[in-house]
Amino acid sequence: MAAPTTLPSALADATRDESSLRRFLHGLPGVDQVGVEQRAAGLGTRSIKKASKLHAIDLAISMVDLTTLEGADTHGKVRSLAAKAKRPDPDRPDVPKVAAVCVYPDMVKTAADDLVGTGINVASVATAFPSGRSTMDIKLADTRFAVEQGASEVDMVIDRGAFLSGRYGQVFEEIVKIKEACGDAHLKVILETGELVTYDNVRRASWLALLAGGDFIKTSTGKVQPAATLPVTHVMLQAVRDWKDQTGELRGVKPAGGIRTTKDAIKYLVAVHEVAGPEWLDPNLFRFGASTLLNDLLMQRRTQLDGHYSGPDYVTVD
Amino acid sequence: MWEYAPAPESRDIANLKPSYKMFVDGKFVEGTGEPLKTINPATEEVLAEVSTASQSDVDIAVKAARRAYDRVWSKMPGSERAKYIYRIARQIQERGRELAVLESLDNGKPIKESRDVDVPTAASHFFYHAGWADKLGYAGYGPDPKPLGVAGQVIPWNFPLLMAAWKIAPALACGNTVVLKPAETTPLTALVLADIIQQCDLPPGVVNIIPGAGDVGAALVGHADVDKVAFTGSTDVGKVIQGQLAGTSKKLTLELGGKAANIVFDDAPLDQAVEGIVNGIFFNQGHVCCAGSRLLVQESIADELVEKLHARVSTLRVGDPLDKNTDVGAINSREQLAKIKELTESAEAEGATRWTSSCPLPDKGFFFAPTVFSGVSQAMRIAREEIFGPVLSVLTFRTPEEAVAKANNTPYGLSAGVWTEKGSRILWMAQRMRAGVVWSNTFNRFDPTAPFGGYQESGFGREGGRTGLEAYLDV
Repeated sequence: MAAPTTLPSALADATRDESSLRRFLHGLPGVDQVGVEQRAAGLGTRSIKKASKLHAIDLAISMVDLTTLEGADTHGKVRSLAAKAKRPDPDRPDVPKVAAVCVYPDMVKTAADDLVGTGINVASVATAFPSGRSTMDIKLADTRFAVEQGASEVDMVIDRGAFLSGRYGQVFEEIVKIKEACGDAHLKVILETGELVTYDNVRRASWLALLAGGDFIKTSTGKVQPAATLPVTHVMLQAVRDWKDQTGELRGVKPAGGIRTTKDAIKYLVAVHEVAGPEWLDPNLFRFGASTLLNDLLMQRRTQLDGHYSGPDYVTVD
Repeated sequence: MWEYAPAPESRDIANLKPSYKMFVDGKFVEGTGEPLKTINPATEEVLAEVSTASQSDVDIAVKAARRAYDRVWSKMPGSERAKYIYRIARQIQERGRELAVLESLDNGKPIKESRDVDVPTAASHFFYHAGWADKLGYAGYGPDPKPLGVAGQVIPWNFPLLMAAWKIAPALACGNTVVLKPAETTPLTALVLADIIQQCDLPPGVVNIIPGAGDVGAALVGHADVDKVAFTGSTDVGKVIQGQLAGTSKKLTLELGGKAANIVFDDAPLDQAVEGIVNGIFFNQGHVCCAGSRLLVQESIADELVEKLHARVSTLRVGDPLDKNTDVGAINSREQLAKIKELTESAEAEGATRWTSSCPLPDKGFFFAPTVFSGVSQAMRIAREEIFGPVLSVLTFRTPEEAVAKANNTPYGLSAGVWTEKGSRILWMAQRMRAGVVWSNTFNRFDPTAPFGGYQESGFGREGGRTGLEAYLDV
């Protein structure tokens, strides 16, 4: 097992072999469930108004990974998603574009062709998404295919079965190999926190993914309930903050699934601001994996500027 | 940079009146004492003029309470008393926003605390004790425990409404009548509570509220016809009251100062411990008798924890108490601010290392930036004296025995916190701590079902829970 980047010695030691990794992960401070949920609920009462709200809405729009991950996806649907990504609100050209479009590997080329030169990233799920239940060869092939097709970001899933049965080394190796296969593409590691269940597991999986070189840690596939929650995101934001304190490196966090309203999105941004720190308020370091959130952000943005509510018919459905 | 725009709660909701009267025998009447002016500690502006009681007004109030006790309240079945108390609880909820805004104006505490803690907890104390009113025979004090009579109650300025609820709710549930004196700097919410009590049609004289300074309190607790005295406040005044009452048949409970230790072991959930430490000392600007003002941290994690603590405290937002995003509000009075400054200066002079948050402070009003002293030893004044402000002292320990010895090395003993993932150690520590409340992996959590009270110079008697009923029953 080799650490992919040059790490401080304490962290490099953690990745020396399977038992060191286990000792390190189990030596992390625990997470008190009551405490972290209380803190998340407390921060959730922040009241963001006026200019700070408008700023938050624009920031949130620029952090959206506009996503479609359905069996029923078509090239046409992906093309209209790409159009929406470029100009989220066609009547208002000043609305920022989203951060990325997130699709299955076979749709990557369609999205990439439409987004050439826009600065919008194409993210592809890979590694036998969403379950991760396949062989390593297939997962690697899946990843290489997505990158060849033009994906600049890869959202991989970890093997939760291996993680829960304590085979941390296996999970680590998989992430390292997928990272290699990504080449220059950014790697987001989906922990699927809904299946990890405890906050202690979320913290360990976050550190495991960071040690293995993941550029982002991501909560969920969106296919398992519960998907992203505020307290889980708190634990992950704390992990990237601690990572920065120890290594100086900035890594990102992406909550995905279940964030549908502007109000929710702002609660997440407040958590980013106050738990990780203001430098994470950047699309390179924080993303929302969402599909319906964007339209609510657009409607709230109009409300802020026009002084009254419009309605869902004034934003485009795809 | 993302700055939060001001999000102030409207002060109109407080229904602030230019003047307030005292509440005696079911009516609002002018007191014959010198009226006092209560100010907003965040702006130093005068909020309202409040009439105060004189010695003769105290006598009138106690007589009214005695009449109500003899004629109505002591004879009323518990199930009937309960209806009144439930009604008060519902009215507090109904007027929750008004009470919260008024509390923040008068006291200086942030609106998020008055809204999310003070007012709901006050309502829950009335709800909880209303339930006891017809079940006193099952409380463990005999088949038909009797009330004591007239309770004289004196409360502090740190939780003006909540302390009134802690005092009035059990007294009424047990069948006593009440004369209560709110603190002179924060009388307003108690008088709105009086308005609620009047609208709930409580029989005249069952609850009387008489604002005033310490002399009114002294007259009240010294009144010959008072059967029970309950005081929450400073240890100095508590000692005077105890002396004053010695040799009388009056029953006394005291809830006084504290210098609580928050003990963090190396296996603690660190991020939540940081939250708990922050909540322990910066909640309500540290104006909490059970505040965790001494942090005892195991030496092996001290540097890491203090670093995390500084980072977290830097994010606390100090300012306008009515802003919904304010975490730490105004110090209640100029005198208290002077005390805090004096004690922090002594800590620096004695060699403790000071760290103060660089948060901006408002130009007007009484504010003190959150401060953490490290390198504190047991011998320093800051580790021994109650500071009652947003100032934390950090001490270290190496073994559990040392933690217990240091935590108990104080004349006080109101509360303590233990942070560890090891359940057996929590119990081991709790058995050895001389503190009325021991929180584990949390701090400053209040619930009407849990008894609250102290050891040694933190007072005696318990408030809340089944145990708390004893203070208001003739047992």
